[in-house]
Amino acid sequence: MAVRGLVAGIILALATLAAILLSVRYGAVHLAAHEVLSVLLGGGTDTHRFIVLELRLPRALLGVLVGGGLALSGAVFQALLRNPLAEPYILGISGGAAAGAVLSLALGLTTAASWLLPGAAFAGALVAIALVFGVAISADRRLDVRVLLLSGVVVGAFFSACIALILSLAEAQTVRSAILWMMGSLGGVSWKGIAIVATYTLPACVLLLGMARALNLMSIGEETASYLGTEVEGVKRLAYGVASLVAAAGVAFAGVIGFVGLVVPHGVRLLLGSDHRILLPLSFLAGAAFLTLADLLSRVVLAPAEIPIGVITAFVGVPFFLILLRRSLQA
Amino acid sequence: MTFTANALSVRYRAGVRRALSEVTMSVPRGSLYAVLGPNGSGKSTLMKALLGTVQIEEGVAAVEGRAVDEWPRRELARHVGAVSQAESTAFPLSVRQLVEMGRYPYLGPLRPMGPEDRAAVESALERCDVSGLAHRQVGTLSGGEFQRVRIARALAQEPSALILDEPTASLDIRHEMGILRLLKRSAREGVTVVLITHHLNLAARFADLLLLLDEGRVVAEGPVDQVFRSEILESVYRWPLSVTLDPITGSPLLIPLDQD
Repeated sequence: MAVRGLVAGIILALATLAAILLSVRYGAVHLAAHEVLSVLLGGGTDTHRFIVLELRLPRALLGVLVGGGLALSGAVFQALLRNPLAEPYILGISGGAAAGAVLSLALGLTTAASWLLPGAAFAGALVAIALVFGVAISADRRLDVRVLLLSGVVVGAFFSACIALILSLAEAQTVRSAILWMMGSLGGVSWKGIAIVATYTLPACVLLLGMARALNLMSIGEETASYLGTEVEGVKRLAYGVASLVAAAGVAFAGVIGFVGLVVPHGVRLLLGSDHRILLPLSFLAGAAFLTLADLLSRVVLAPAEIPIGVITAFVGVPFFLILLRRSLQA
Repeated sequence: MTFTANALSVRYRAGVRRALSEVTMSVPRGSLYAVLGPNGSGKSTLMKALLGTVQIEEGVAAVEGRAVDEWPRRELARHVGAVSQAESTAFPLSVRQLVEMGRYPYLGPLRPMGPEDRAAVESALERCDVSGLAHRQVGTLSGGEFQRVRIARALAQEPSALILDEPTASLDIRHEMGILRLLKRSAREGVTVVLITHHLNLAARFADLLLLLDEGRVVAEGPVDQVFRSEILESVYRWPLSVTLDPITGSPLLIPLDQD
């Protein structure tokens, strides 16, 4: 199993690299391989330099960070909540982020500074995380994951209502921007944005990877996990907090991109089993490659128009997942 | 390892009856100690309290003389193996993977299993007669097979004490006897064994000491011949019964009578 995991890891790492290179080369303007290469080596025309370095490379890297982060945090939530339907947004994070983003759009704040929209979305996500966590710490100071799940769903519903209220009062142009934001996009990210997402995502991912053994135990139940040497309360809090932050950073910069956090971990699980020491790193790589490629498709299929990336993740992810599911049931 | 409880009380929620009420008991090192009592008498709660997975309202539960909540979980797991009443896996796992989890208290977050870990897993699989199931998915096992796999995982911890909550409830005669002999042998080798069970006759036959609980309180604790008496058991189980001697094994034998 370890050998299979290693081989799959190498393949997925190469796939991620290939996805980044393809994503840099193709788009509304197709570049030749040597043109991309000369830009990456410090040469090329100004136009090519702008397209590659300012538009496409940050976008591809955002795909890697957000796709990897969503898939990884999805896998963590599934283990933590012992629920195969759990995904990064199940605990109200997307609702909180979207409410923050929509509010800032409706108030016209986003023209003031470019960081305000992701800032507001991130703040909304943090409010949702704090609310859900506050409710789920029950009377005896233990974190009850059933309550976590329920309060997450309810907090999400509350923020949906907030969004509906704001949109019903907003102007048509705001409604359109808000809906586009909520459908998710990797476009328009700056290098500064990449730096911020990376600061949140990468250390958090390393921390979560270090919790792989503990998550193996959590997925067979809290009581048994304690008997096998896990500090259950500490693991729950740390995993919940860190996985939530990763999802929040992703949703703040890329909007609500569904499906990656749910489907990618299951795909990896069906192919390589449920050992989180393999599942977590490979989910990150698979999510990174998947989202970067989905973004590429969203830009080239109807170029110069862009399809919302969530449409691509679902259109590609659903058939792929159904085939995997069918195959695993036959085996 | 020894387990002791001193005036131990547990209440699951404010306002409801205590699940355990002022329980004082002690399990000596290397004994096979059976915990008996009707449904809802607090047997499983006692196990959780001794292992620190339930909030204690009053009193002390101690492992090896040290309050259980002062033990780091990893250290406790190297000394005590526990099999709870039921568990379910959320995602597919093989039998070997599940038993290998018994080695987690010995491994860091990244260090892979070494030869001694693998040896412990193999020996545990063998002793529970599940080596042949090692590659099976846990979800495809029968109830009895799963139970033996869970016991194997506790043995893979190489513990100096075992606590098991109705471990033989879904086992056939061959495997039930196999597990009880294994527990008895472990006790002879110095492992402290706490066994929660409804199989009174097997408890009387194999255990060194009995603890009888009723409605969260200790009714009797002591050697089998002092606790396993018809008048005590009748009052606790609220059913007419008679205790005689098994003509073949020579151990006490409880026979439930008809209620007229």
